[in-house]
Amino acid sequence: MQNAVLRMRGIYKSFPGVRALQNVDFRLCEGEIHALMGENGAGKSTLIKVLTGVYVKESGEINLKGLDKPVTIKSPQEAQKLGISTVYQEITLCPNLTVAENMFIGRTDELIVNWKKRIEKTNVILSSLGIPAKATQQLSSCSIAVQQMVAIARAVDMECKVLILDEPTSSLDDQEVSKLFSLMRDLRDRGVGIIFVTHFLDQVYEVCDKITVLRNGELVGEYLIRDLPRVELVSKMLGKELGDLSSLHNETACDIARQQEIVIEANELSSDSGIKPFNFKTCKGEVTGFAGLLGSGRSECVRAIFGADHVTGGEIKIHGESVRITSPLKAMKKGIGYLSEDRKRDGIIGDLSVRENMILALQVMRGFFKPFSKAQAQAFADEYIKILGIKTASADTPISSLSGGNQQKVILARWLLTHPDYLILDEPTRGIDIGTKVDIQKLVLKLAEEGMSITFISSEIEEMLRTCSRLIVMRDLNIVGEIKGEDMTQDRIMHTIAGGATTHGDS
Amino acid sequence: MSSLNEAPQIGRFDGIKNKLMQREKLTDTAFLLTITITLFFTIYALAVIFLGDKGFGKVQMFFNLFNENAALIVIACGLSIVMVTGSIDISVGGSTALICTSCIVGLNKYGFNFLTSLLLALAIGLAFGILQGLLIAYLEIQPFIVTLAGMFLGRGLVALIEVNQVQVANPAFEKLSGARIEIPFLGDYNKKGIFLQSKLEYGVIVALIIVVLIFFLLRKTSLGRSFYAVGGNPQSALMLGINVKRTRFMAHVLCGLLAGIGGFLYLFHTRSGSVQQATGLEMDAISASIIGGTLLTGGVGNIFGTLFGVLTGGTVLLIVTAIGSQDPWWPQITRAAMLCFFIILQSVICSRKRNKSE
Repeated sequence: MQNAVLRMRGIYKSFPGVRALQNVDFRLCEGEIHALMGENGAGKSTLIKVLTGVYVKESGEINLKGLDKPVTIKSPQEAQKLGISTVYQEITLCPNLTVAENMFIGRTDELIVNWKKRIEKTNVILSSLGIPAKATQQLSSCSIAVQQMVAIARAVDMECKVLILDEPTSSLDDQEVSKLFSLMRDLRDRGVGIIFVTHFLDQVYEVCDKITVLRNGELVGEYLIRDLPRVELVSKMLGKELGDLSSLHNETACDIARQQEIVIEANELSSDSGIKPFNFKTCKGEVTGFAGLLGSGRSECVRAIFGADHVTGGEIKIHGESVRITSPLKAMKKGIGYLSEDRKRDGIIGDLSVRENMILALQVMRGFFKPFSKAQAQAFADEYIKILGIKTASADTPISSLSGGNQQKVILARWLLTHPDYLILDEPTRGIDIGTKVDIQKLVLKLAEEGMSITFISSEIEEMLRTCSRLIVMRDLNIVGEIKGEDMTQDRIMHTIAGGATTHGDS
Repeated sequence: MSSLNEAPQIGRFDGIKNKLMQREKLTDTAFLLTITITLFFTIYALAVIFLGDKGFGKVQMFFNLFNENAALIVIACGLSIVMVTGSIDISVGGSTALICTSCIVGLNKYGFNFLTSLLLALAIGLAFGILQGLLIAYLEIQPFIVTLAGMFLGRGLVALIEVNQVQVANPAFEKLSGARIEIPFLGDYNKKGIFLQSKLEYGVIVALIIVVLIFFLLRKTSLGRSFYAVGGNPQSALMLGINVKRTRFMAHVLCGLLAGIGGFLYLFHTRSGSVQQATGLEMDAISASIIGGTLLTGGVGNIFGTLFGVLTGGTVLLIVTAIGSQDPWWPQITRAAMLCFFIILQSVICSRKRNKSE
């Protein structure tokens, strides 16, 4: 059995209103690459932040090899001194300094530095790790992958025992990824314990030795990679057991009349978010869904359709007519609505009233120089407060004082007011109570019956099964399958998401 | 494509590749510096060719450029440091005025000598630097606001000490400040045909020594590189283990100290003081830094660039005076044009770099 270099026991951490980590154990051995997996809100980033001293744990114990006493880590600097180094997705080096300076700055307080010696040492380290960079090169002239490797080299030279790689591959191309992997394997063979956080399942199975799965801030388990087939990993991450769930399939979804009128058609659409070119179409009155793990590209697809990301290729047809959508405003004018994933950041304007938040999209479409009269706006607000059952003191109440579910309804009303032909709902039910969730699901079905085309994205598969009549499954920024009708079962979806050898075929 | 696939290959293109590598080594800082130096010499050469009869033919003119700008060189060095860390200091004009007037009052009325007035100047400069540095680095107040207050404070204190313009009336000090270094073998013939050796003020020597010292500080020391790191990306600098607050504080303390030295050189050169003295000096220092290739956004800058930035600005001023235009706006309009040119150049470089990295 290998030596444990890091042991975390019974870690608790909470934020106002949220239990981020509950009694989580984690163990990392010398010379292993250990994947930390979990969906959004599973607590993996909180765990990493506790380990790197960004957050301070509330209770629990962290033990490091070679230290008798448990440690308390209060800052990233302290973590580095203890031999815990982190390489983030966003490069945390200084682009305006040279590679050698980035390797050594901040590590000593000597007044005058012998750069010549350091440059030599840097070159030795770089060549021993096979990193194609020169010590005197300005960091910004290196590719992102090389910058990341320089960050790793710095960590290695600081004699780190625990190396945390937080989504390092998100902005790398395939060749760069494989180069990074060979560096990781090299370090593993030298005895470094590596924690690898990623959304890409293929990469986990390519490079990792062990997997720890977290869900809702709790530990699901630690597994050897060979003992955990992909589909089981997916089911553990989503918290659904295989086998006994096929009956949840909902009837209403299939009853929706399928008119043959195609509302939106995307051909080979791609955007700067990194999504691979995809095809998509939806008919009048159809509810489609994008399923997949976090980071699989489900939001990126709809953002490309709405013009929220910069579209780099392909075309969109609306009612059979080719259109160019370069901005969300253009999309809105073409009858597309998009309720974004991040309500707080992209959606609500906290200090404005419910009424003002509601008419925002409609006002934008009409132009700011033709404001609605107060009576008109009030009439709209009253109508939708009633239709959607929004619980608010009045239409003048600031939206920030409403509950999450009611805020979401206000945003929904904002889009319904524009009477879109095609409405995209990206995680509309996240973080809201069950009652409102059901309200929103019912509303989606009702709107579809009235002829609106809807795309519904959710992390909860049951919810998608209840509302969608067709599911597009995504993995690693690719569409990997389409499921409809009788095939729409949790089992089937999870197999498709997991992909690899366990898939039964997608057609 | 990244250098990832190229670098490990060894082959017959090595020679070409090395050349390309070397060209890549010409970093932005070096590129901007080259432009500044070229620009300075071009402008000066043009002035010598076209305005030779108006004084530019004389060697002394070149030395006067330094004599007139020694104080500004030192002060601009301080500003370059804070600008490299991504901060700003607009109080240096005010503190210079304060230093001049208070030193003169000390020399004339309270029996100060050269040394005590120098110490007073340094103390005033340091006090400004420390106070502003504390507010900016540790209380995280906007540097512009803090140093704007510092600027008002400086000028206000001048008026409190002495409302009228004052002159140094201290024979010993005057004698020292009148001293010149005669440059061997260089000089001009005057109208009567007598050879006059070129003269250089002692302040210029101090200024040049300071430029070299600051160059060394920024290039070779941990503190100097930390200035660049903090200016380039404060978040990363923090993650790399740099004490960001202390670094910012030190930048302002250094700027204050240099403003103290610069203020004293200013006094040494002008021997007078008033409330309106050195108005806009901070802006001259900032524009010299920018012309010298320091980015206002921080992280990029070279102290020799700043030196040449000051000299370029000074030359333009001399040219306009030599042409004989008494209108005060021509130097300013010329400087505005130069600033625009440099800012546009810098933004082009930055956007090209951004495109390259994408």
